[in-house]
Amino acid sequence: MAQATEVQQRYGKTQRTDRWWLEPVALGAGFLIFVIYSTVSGFNVGNWHYEAGPYLSPFFEPLINPSWTPEWFSPAIFILWAPLGFRATCYYYRRMYYRSFFMSPMACAVSEPAKYYTGESKFPFILMNSHRFFLYVALLFIPVLWYGAAKSFWMPGEGLGIGVGSIILVANAFLLMMFTIGCNSLRHIVGGGLNCFSCTNFTRTRRKMWDLVTVANERHKAWAWASLVSVGVSDLYIRLVANGAITDINTWTTF
Amino acid sequence: MAEIETHDYDVLVIGAGGAGLRAAVEASATGARTGLVCKSLLGKAHTVMAEGGIAAAMGNVYSEDNWQVHFRDTMRGGKMLNNWRMAQLHAQEAPARVMELEEWGALFDRTEDGRILQRDFGGHRYARLAHVGDRTGLEMIRTLQQHAVHRGMDVYQEVTVNRLLKDGDRISGALAYYRESGRMVLFRAKAVILATGGLGKVFAITSNSWEGTGDGHSLAMQAGADMIDMEFVQFHPTGMVWPPSVRGILVTEGVRGDGGTLKNASGERFMFNYIPSMFAAETADTEAEADAWYEDRTKRRTPDLLPRDEVARAINSEVKAGRGTPHGGVYLDIASRRSSEYIKRRLPSMYHQFMQLAGVDITAGPMEVGPTAHYAMGGVKVDAETAATTVPGLYAAGEVAGGMHGSNRLGGNSLSDLVVFGRRAGEAAAQYALGLSTLPSVSEGEIAERSAAILKPFDGGKENPYTLHRELQDAMQEEVGIIRTNSEMQSALGKIDNLRERLGHVQVEGNIQYNPGWHLALDMEHMLLVAEAITRAAVERKESRGGHTRDDFPGPNADFGKVNVVVRHTAGGLGVTQEPLPQMPDELKKLFEE
Amino acid sequence: MPNAHLKVWRGDTGGAYVDYDVEYEEGMVVLDVVHRLQATQAGDLAVRWNCKAGKCGSCSAEINGKPVLQCMTRMETFIPGETITVAPLKTFPLIRDLVTDVSWNYRVAETMPELKLSAPDADGHRRMAQIDIDREQEFRKCIECYICQDVCHVIRDHPENMEKFAGPRFFVQLANVSMHPLDQNPAKATVSHGFGLDYCNITKCCTDVCPEGIHITDNAIIPLKERRVDEYYDPVKALVRKVFGGGDKK
Ligand SMILES: Cc1cc2nc3c(=O)[nH]c(=O)nc-3n(C[C@H](O)[C@H](O)[C@H](O)COP(=O)(O)OP(=O)(O)OC[C@H]3O[C@@H](n4cnc5c(N)ncnc54)[C@H](O)[C@@H]3O)c2cc1C
Ligand code: SF4
Ligand code: SF4
Ligand code: FES
Ligand code: FES
Repeated sequence: MAQATEVQQRYGKTQRTDRWWLEPVALGAGFLIFVIYSTVSGFNVGNWHYEAGPYLSPFFEPLINPSWTPEWFSPAIFILWAPLGFRATCYYYRRMYYRSFFMSPMACAVSEPAKYYTGESKFPFILMNSHRFFLYVALLFIPVLWYGAAKSFWMPGEGLGIGVGSIILVANAFLLMMFTIGCNSLRHIVGGGLNCFSCTNFTRTRRKMWDLVTVANERHKAWAWASLVSVGVSDLYIRLVANGAITDINTWTTF
Repeated sequence: MAEIETHDYDVLVIGAGGAGLRAAVEASATGARTGLVCKSLLGKAHTVMAEGGIAAAMGNVYSEDNWQVHFRDTMRGGKMLNNWRMAQLHAQEAPARVMELEEWGALFDRTEDGRILQRDFGGHRYARLAHVGDRTGLEMIRTLQQHAVHRGMDVYQEVTVNRLLKDGDRISGALAYYRESGRMVLFRAKAVILATGGLGKVFAITSNSWEGTGDGHSLAMQAGADMIDMEFVQFHPTGMVWPPSVRGILVTEGVRGDGGTLKNASGERFMFNYIPSMFAAETADTEAEADAWYEDRTKRRTPDLLPRDEVARAINSEVKAGRGTPHGGVYLDIASRRSSEYIKRRLPSMYHQFMQLAGVDITAGPMEVGPTAHYAMGGVKVDAETAATTVPGLYAAGEVAGGMHGSNRLGGNSLSDLVVFGRRAGEAAAQYALGLSTLPSVSEGEIAERSAAILKPFDGGKENPYTLHRELQDAMQEEVGIIRTNSEMQSALGKIDNLRERLGHVQVEGNIQYNPGWHLALDMEHMLLVAEAITRAAVERKESRGGHTRDDFPGPNADFGKVNVVVRHTAGGLGVTQEPLPQMPDELKKLFEE
Repeated sequence: MPNAHLKVWRGDTGGAYVDYDVEYEEGMVVLDVVHRLQATQAGDLAVRWNCKAGKCGSCSAEINGKPVLQCMTRMETFIPGETITVAPLKTFPLIRDLVTDVSWNYRVAETMPELKLSAPDADGHRRMAQIDIDREQEFRKCIECYICQDVCHVIRDHPENMEKFAGPRFFVQLANVSMHPLDQNPAKATVSHGFGLDYCNITKCCTDVCPEGIHITDNAIIPLKERRVDEYYDPVKALVRKVFGGGDKK
């Protein structure tokens, strides 16, 4: 096949005339910003508060803060590995970072720089096959986040109310739920793995679930970004409120 | 003579459409060493373009359906000129062939209870066409192709057969060239099956691809085989008419089967004015009655679904009378009768085709359509049981064979024809070949002569092959098209002679590697012979019937209803004779007495 | 009539781009312009085509760097006066002009598992519900244009992988076999190592270019990867199989 490569090189790297680099650069930059922000926030650099009134940053939900951890330890470390692993092995995020960071390929019909390529067949990329286990954990997080969102309507000592933060947390729980429901592994588990949908009532039900997951799955990219932004925004908002940089508009009087 | 690449086979199949693939599968299964040759890549033959469906009286939708009804529809569609035995075998065996395709992987659309769904098509009494949306041909060819690659046969892609070879009066092989390298290749074979498809490229407006140059018809004639019914060319009533570059591309009859109606420029459903007496009894004569049929199939059916020849002529008349659309067609309207979802689900590739090629949304407005040269009813005369031609060792199946469809083919009857007679040809050819102990011999002299002759277009002439082709297409379209007269056809014969003479001075550019200009120059020889055969046969049949309409002899003639026109190639050129039709046994005749 | 400026690859690997001006009319597609070029200025221009309606998958080429069908690329999609570069598929060895040697695909096709259907019902019919074959029919739409194979970086940039990687077109076929409601092949038959499924990094270029709109990545490749996890990488499933047996049948 040497012949093909020769010709290819003579043709140049790509003949595309559109702005094919725009999307990978923009998405890559967006993702990088999130990674830097979440690392700083996740390790709780500067020990800013992450709780404000009834709000708890989703990075820390559910809050696990045992006394034996050292001073510098951030409780988010107990939490963040799960969404991190889930997103890192997510089929969509893989696509995104393989394009934007590994340039493998950066865009379609654009030559890639790497000499050798073994895809996901070797370590460490073979670990991508663990995605479904992260999914199981992520599924547990959905009720937890809704619980956090519900809690945000209940101001200790004062009772029921609503604030901008509650709305943000509800939106965040919803977006994360939609992202998780659209997961390709979930799609496989609920029905995709079947070959006969019509066989029994149970498989018919699973076909219906598969259809629902498919609807979310078709926009998985959109949910992925929307939920990524919403987690970041929720955390940022709550920290800003907690540290007094801004005030939350709400119905309570003590907060 | 330079050493020429040579391969030996029991059975050589020329053509890898539905007929060729099915024949090769069967020949191989019967134990013959089988070779398969095609001009394009595997899976690209015409069959891939078939849309509407494959006709088989399985009775899944209407249990009243059976082979007798299918047989009767086929014969009546062909105006009783069909070889009755072929029509009978076809109707009887088609269901088994369809089920076999399913076993090999085809996934037809389903009925509620999970069986194969069948759709309505012109001329078929009941919903009878097994289909996959509007891409049935793709399903069929892919299924056969995927099955065939595991059956241990050799496939030669992009190899064009230029001559059949004979040892005395029987077949001994074929001489071909690789399109890629231009190198010659010799196939020595005990039996050869022609499955080369159609000849639409002889006409200017056609649904056929570049492959439809009638090679098989010409190869058979040159090998001395008898041809029948060459005058019958099916003009499909609904081809695209606009934009000009897509003129002729097919609009499936499924559009009408699924509720589309034909209208002229003033919105009139003109088909009610063109119901022939033969079909008057079962055709609705008011719009209300026709519409009722879509809901209740025991009612009389809409004239939009009359056999193709009737509809094509009606459209032709409307346009000639000045009632056509701005681009010279008529309207085909499904948008006002069916929901957008329904259209997209039932006719996805039509939706796609109009959207992408014409910028027309068929779920919102009507299509513009007009007749397009589509199918050759005529072809090599074959024995019904074995598909054997009049040349020993030569078999023919699929569109290249004649007789099955008489003077007009019903939609959906081709795909079933391919698998029914492809299988029969494969089996009979294999058995014939296995009965021969040695390979027949090929003539070195002839091979050397042909090898030199095919290179002639490279040295010194001035004619452009593309221009010659265009001129032939225009002549045939104008003068031997839907409506024919003796004087015009005589003029066409003159033009064909002239073109043949000019082909002697054809000049192609470049070298022998993958050179389409050169390939066209070589195909031109076939097209000229085929065009002449069509024209001579059409001159001979002094009546109008099915896919052959004479302005100077309007209406059918009972005497011509009893004969086939036979074309035979001899040293003196093409000769035309009439031969009586084979006689149908009485118990079958009864089917037509109701 | 307006003129189109075409830059067409001429010749074999030693060839070059040649500039042509060709007249075109409203409604034309690139293939029409290439044909006109062939009939008037370059009689020996090699190009494959058959149906001219996006049904046969013969006319694949790279137009302005994007793999497409020439017959489905309308001239209206270009800015008037824009230079239109028409190149052969770059992943496959070049034969001449716009024609490449796609035989690798046919060799891969021979390695595909064959369907083995269960026996028909007593009345000779095989019953399959439409809801079971909906997704199968999507896979069967493939017209074998090999545009997805061409764009796939696994082989486009790394031709040495051709020996171990079947490519998106054939993942579609494997998915077709794997999900067939009546097929009796063992589950492993479609997801075993041989086909190189894990060389795909789901970057989705195949889906982006498929002229039939097949969701190759989401509906074929990812489900196959998940089925592959079931067979090879899921310790929980493996344990269940150990304890309760089975697993060979789908
Ligand atoms: C657009 C369209 C839609 C249609 N829809 C329907 C439908 O819905 N239902 C229906 O029943 N029929 C339909 N038909 C008709 C039907 O598809 C064809 O009649 C049928 O496919 C012909 O099949 P075949 O096997 O005889 O030949 P083809 O499929 O035409 O194959 C011919 C083969 O012969 C090879 N060949 C030709 N010449 C040579 C040579 N010299 N050397 C080597 N190889 C050669 C070609 O490469 C090709 O492989 C349709 C036709 C068209 C064009
Ligand atoms: S998604 Fe996979 S198969 Fe498709 S182009 Fe990308 S790497 Fe190739
Ligand atoms: S999957 Fe799509 S792109 Fe790939 S060969 Fe088939 S039709 Fe072409
Ligand atoms: S695929 Fe994206 S979360 Fe599973
Ligand atoms: S010519 Fe058939 S797909 Fe373009």
